[in-house]
Amino acid sequence: MADFNNEWWSIALALVVVISMLACGILLWSQSKIKVKIGADGKPLPVETTGHVWDGDLRENNNPLPGWWMKLFYGTIVFGFAYLLLYGGLGSYKGLLGWSEVDEYKAELKAGDEQYGPLFQKFLAMDLPTVAKDPQALEIGERLFLNTCAQCHGSDAQGVKGYPNLTDKDWLYGGDPQTILATLHEGRNGFMPPMADAVGNADDVLNVANYVLSLSGAAHDEAKAQLGKSKFAACAACHGEDGKGNQAMGAPNLADKIWLYGGDINNIVEGINKGRKNQMPAYNGIIDEDKLHLLAAYVWSLSNNPANGAQNSAANESASKILTNPASK
Amino acid sequence: MKIDPNKKVAYQEIEQSLFETQKKIYPRAISGYFANVRWLMVWFTQILFYGTAWLTWNDRQAVLFDLATRKFYIFGLVFWPQDFIYLAVVLIISALMLFLVTAVAGRVFCGYACPQSVYTEMFMWIERKIEGDRSARIKLDQLSCPSPRRIALKAAKHSAWIALALWTGFTFVGYFTPIRTLTFEVLDFSLGPWELFWILFYGLATYGNAGWMREQVCKYMCPYARFQSAMFDKDTLTVTYDSERGEKRGSRSKQADYKALGLGTCIDCHICVQVCPTGIDIRNGLQYECIGCALCIDACDQVMDKMEYPRGLIRYTTEHALSEKLDRHGIIQRMLRPRILVYTGILALIILVSILSLTLRSPLKFDVIRDRGLPRVTENGSIDNVYRLQIMNTEEQPHHYIIEISGIPGATIISDADFDMPAATTKVIPVRIRVPAGSARKGSNKIILVVRDRDNAAVSVAEKAAFLIPH
Repeated sequence: MADFNNEWWSIALALVVVISMLACGILLWSQSKIKVKIGADGKPLPVETTGHVWDGDLRENNNPLPGWWMKLFYGTIVFGFAYLLLYGGLGSYKGLLGWSEVDEYKAELKAGDEQYGPLFQKFLAMDLPTVAKDPQALEIGERLFLNTCAQCHGSDAQGVKGYPNLTDKDWLYGGDPQTILATLHEGRNGFMPPMADAVGNADDVLNVANYVLSLSGAAHDEAKAQLGKSKFAACAACHGEDGKGNQAMGAPNLADKIWLYGGDINNIVEGINKGRKNQMPAYNGIIDEDKLHLLAAYVWSLSNNPANGAQNSAANESASKILTNPASK
Repeated sequence: MKIDPNKKVAYQEIEQSLFETQKKIYPRAISGYFANVRWLMVWFTQILFYGTAWLTWNDRQAVLFDLATRKFYIFGLVFWPQDFIYLAVVLIISALMLFLVTAVAGRVFCGYACPQSVYTEMFMWIERKIEGDRSARIKLDQLSCPSPRRIALKAAKHSAWIALALWTGFTFVGYFTPIRTLTFEVLDFSLGPWELFWILFYGLATYGNAGWMREQVCKYMCPYARFQSAMFDKDTLTVTYDSERGEKRGSRSKQADYKALGLGTCIDCHICVQVCPTGIDIRNGLQYECIGCALCIDACDQVMDKMEYPRGLIRYTTEHALSEKLDRHGIIQRMLRPRILVYTGILALIILVSILSLTLRSPLKFDVIRDRGLPRVTENGSIDNVYRLQIMNTEEQPHHYIIEISGIPGATIISDADFDMPAATTKVIPVRIRVPAGSARKGSNKIILVVRDRDNAAVSVAEKAAFLIPH
């Protein structure tokens, strides 16, 4: 593009356009008349052919078009100039109306906001649990969720390895409506450092992993778990002495059967050795405040709304069984 | 006069435009069989057009093309954008019908059913009622200075034309936005900008085409005239002047023995030219300008009656009928030629298939979209895949649907598998399918999702989808 930033190009292109349009008009004007001989009776002789001959004997008959047809042609040229004058198109000339696609797009957005704004504003003024009881709000929320959140958390919001299930009562950072809204706004940066060095050697890591499994009553090696118990002190700083996690820093509860990266011993060892890094993007500024409000209410309703209760209890039951993913082995 | 080739004659030359100035045509009013048929078609098509918009069906407008919600109501049927194929079918049927009718009887569509002809006919009727018939109109236009009478008559005519044109535009828009609502909006001046634009645009197009352009549309704008020769053959019925009977044309007294005078039956009265809405002389043979309205037949028959000559100097006949002296029976026999039979066969087949497909059309449509994420593996090794079912109820009555799964043994749906669909809506249903460990090979497996109506076994649609098992 840099080559065309020069003003000269703009003028050259405008000239090409204007000259072409004028040439069309001149061509039309010059070809719409013919010299006609006057007959003996003083009247012009009829024009049988246009005088054009091809291959020696192919003549073009004169089949005159109506005059309005020609005038329409001139009309298109006039229209073209008027259009270029009003809307631009001659080089970098912006046109008298100053119209642009960007403005049009913004105007459409504005019209959309004006049409739907009051509806969103109504819900924005309500507190989240109240919004979560409104069927219309949930319908809008679900649509927003399917558009924006389902790519990671799944269409049924039950997540997949690395992406939390949103329909259960287990929350990394807290599941009250305001915290969910804060998560949507600011995003979350989940980070667990590699703990292998802090825990000790490979055996210590395996022992700690067995101890972690014992916290939720999963199958484990009791002897190794006992050995690992003392080493768990390195983990307790975040996950707590009892391993029940800390929502203030997003440290997961290790004492339940819900595992973000799989509850197999290998997954846990991997977690200790390599650490975990995860991110939920911040939607502040990407999605409008009023829509985030509806999304937060919808997400909260997935695990709290009695109206969705029947669906969710079944979902929770199945979700809690997500323990292992052979892909990580 | 002898011309000496060696002598140069100084011809005088003038410049002349290659374009034609439009010659105004003043068609003379005519009554008769074909004129009556024409008026019958005007009434039929226009009652259909102006009337249908006002019909109701189940508390809604019977025929309504709701562009905003993309639902197209035609009496009991609701069409969605997904039913676009039916529009294509309608257009194909229309095209084939045009071919068939043209091959049999020439451009009867032009003469009797084309909106351009029909509205021109209506506008000419108004013109005739206000300004008088042909000679009166010519005289009126020839007045050198605009007299008050001329101004009054022209004003009256154009007002009436504009009123009819606006009503036409209003009716047209009434098919896209409920016409009863539209009426109130017109009455209290609250029309939306686009409604107003389309009423005015369609109205202006009607006024311009039927009032001013008329035969110019047929002669210069419509492609149909230009390819009529491709659809005609020597057995096609066309409005034809029987030159063998008519020539040599000339005036004579009614009592005279024209054969003794060396004349044919054409008395050269030019009535056939005067009634022609496109201003042609049918005696010059078949022309692309001829719209097949047959008004010249009515006109000529009346003259023949007065002269006590047999009717039919101008008549619907075929080239072969003239050259081979075929009678009516012979003409009808020739109608059953291969071209006509093939057209009819294809047409009948398409109509049959489309009616069948329309009656068998399911009120249920759905698409399966698999979530892009990884499959989930549960504690006991069974695998979950999540899908979105985009479900559409095209009918104006609610349904209760049940989702079923097959294709992998033991596959079950563990989310809600039955749900209500309100009338004429679409819905997205997330569906979770679980397959027990080891019951399908690793990679992509084909499953079949069936959505069926709980209460009506006939409504059932199956869709294929892929179920992924991780390695």
